[in-house]
Amino acid sequence: MTDTNIYLPHLMRIAKITEEAPAVKTFRLEFLDAAAAEAFSFETGQFGLYSAFGEGESTFCIASSPTRKGYIECTFREAGRVTASLADKEEGDVVGFRGPYGNRFPIEQWKGKNLVFVAGGIALPPLRSVIWNCLDLRDWFKDITIVYGARSVNDLVYKDELKEWEARPDVNLVVTVDPGGEVPGWTGKVGFVPPVVEALNPAPDNTVALVCGPPIMIKLTLPVLAKLGFPPESIFTTLENRMKCGLGKCGRCNTGSSYVCKDGPVYTLAQLNSLPAEY
Amino acid sequence: MAETFFLPQASLDALFAALAKDGRRILAPTDRDGRTELNPVASFQEVAADYIQTILSAKEAAFPKVERLMTFTLGAKAVDLKDAEPHAEPTVLFGVRPCEASGFGALDAVFNWDTRDRFFNARMEALAIIGVGCTKKDDACFCTSVGGGPGSTRGSDILLTPVEGGFLAEVLTPKGRAMVALAPGAFQPDPGLEKKVVEVPVAFDQPGLTRRLKDRFEDGIWMEQSLRCVGCGACAYVCPTCVCFDIVEEADAKGGHRLRTWDSCGGPMFTLHASGHNPRETQAQRWRQRVYHKFSYYPERYDMLGCVGCGKCTRACPVDMNLQEHLAEAAQA
Repeated sequence: MTDTNIYLPHLMRIAKITEEAPAVKTFRLEFLDAAAAEAFSFETGQFGLYSAFGEGESTFCIASSPTRKGYIECTFREAGRVTASLADKEEGDVVGFRGPYGNRFPIEQWKGKNLVFVAGGIALPPLRSVIWNCLDLRDWFKDITIVYGARSVNDLVYKDELKEWEARPDVNLVVTVDPGGEVPGWTGKVGFVPPVVEALNPAPDNTVALVCGPPIMIKLTLPVLAKLGFPPESIFTTLENRMKCGLGKCGRCNTGSSYVCKDGPVYTLAQLNSLPAEY
Repeated sequence: MAETFFLPQASLDALFAALAKDGRRILAPTDRDGRTELNPVASFQEVAADYIQTILSAKEAAFPKVERLMTFTLGAKAVDLKDAEPHAEPTVLFGVRPCEASGFGALDAVFNWDTRDRFFNARMEALAIIGVGCTKKDDACFCTSVGGGPGSTRGSDILLTPVEGGFLAEVLTPKGRAMVALAPGAFQPDPGLEKKVVEVPVAFDQPGLTRRLKDRFEDGIWMEQSLRCVGCGACAYVCPTCVCFDIVEEADAKGGHRLRTWDSCGGPMFTLHASGHNPRETQAQRWRQRVYHKFSYYPERYDMLGCVGCGKCTRACPVDMNLQEHLAEAAQA
């Protein structure tokens, strides 16, 4: 019998924990097994199942870029049993990781194009992987614009990286917080993401838009992009349906005949339009 | 082409003894506590004399209710993770109906369409199926509407059909021939027996249903049909083809196990996101998923149906939802 146990995770050590925002943390994870580390590779947009042994597994994207070797990072908000247990862990603790799973953002097809990233709240992590991947291949792309919104200044994740992107002349970063979420001295914008995108008025020609955020933000941002002239084939997003296996078997991420864990999580708006809206 | 034999009823104990001697467990329908279910048997006398279907399905032989995937021990800054070997006891399923025998194909499609599921495969490898064709049916049966039949050989290694004094035995696969070889005296030359099974009328036009579903997603019938559904999941748990599962932890501070368990798309937790958002938050959406998964997504994805027409869901439903009637309605314009 040659089949292996496809449900068995790799053991990973938490090399670094970053407190991003209230109840939001980033783990940097390194393989305990050198051979597994050597054999591992992933592409931007892919995800994994992270184990807190004794509590279970949760699905998050890989939030780091494949161009940064030797580790993976995930960013999560404490929301349930598994994430609460993960949040209690300390640097040096061991967790599990299965992956990489799913498809990827086809960044090589975007050579010579402008990129517009639109992210809301805790949905910056999946785009952060693509952003760093594209910044590490900066020559491939023309203008790079990032619009990021959160409920409040305190809720912004990757605060140091936002400063880094802000300082780069080759990135146009627009950060906004919901009305009432600003603090004294806030120099970013105040307002919801969809109108901020509309006011920014990015040109749709030769441009790819990547949108990731809470359902309401996505729902209101897509019509704005359509109004600006972005065709559905040029708008990408990534879904995060509930999953247990990540392997196209457990059945819960099905959206129509599509397995989000296999055919996704990355979809163009054109693809989503052909599926039932069960995500 | 299947090799056919006459298997006298008097020879069945010799066959069972030969299978047991070969180290195989025999699971067959037995009447216990007023229920007919698959249980280990040693002799043919223990097999239920008169049954249409077991309540539970035979899938458990390859896809148990609960199965250990791994074991872990928790230490300070350390986890000791141990792989779980599938516990695949050599097993003969005797007396399952042709519908159920064909159900394993639908499980196999999911467990092996991409990566291969070692646990399912190990059990399937250790499993042989002696089906028994149907001479009786009830109102829940609709195998002939979904490409099967009361005498269908699909999925069986040997298919027996009752005849005077015993069974007509169709030996269909290498596993079937191996079982014949274990009990060579039990199988006699076929004197030209006639294979007679019950007639199961076609209840609906399945290709038509599958086509019709393409433009019926937003239809009100899913709400109407599911209004009385209580989301108990019984239909999924008795279904020979329902394959959706959960992965859960059974552990304390020192360690424990990761387990796979049956699950059902009929419950609200099935798709609930951590954020509280639920892509299928109503029972109507979940009922629609059940029908589409079996009759639209399965054909699209695996070129087969996710239903064998056994009718177990209809018999098990506590609020009398009737799959055959609902499908017939959905197939209509």
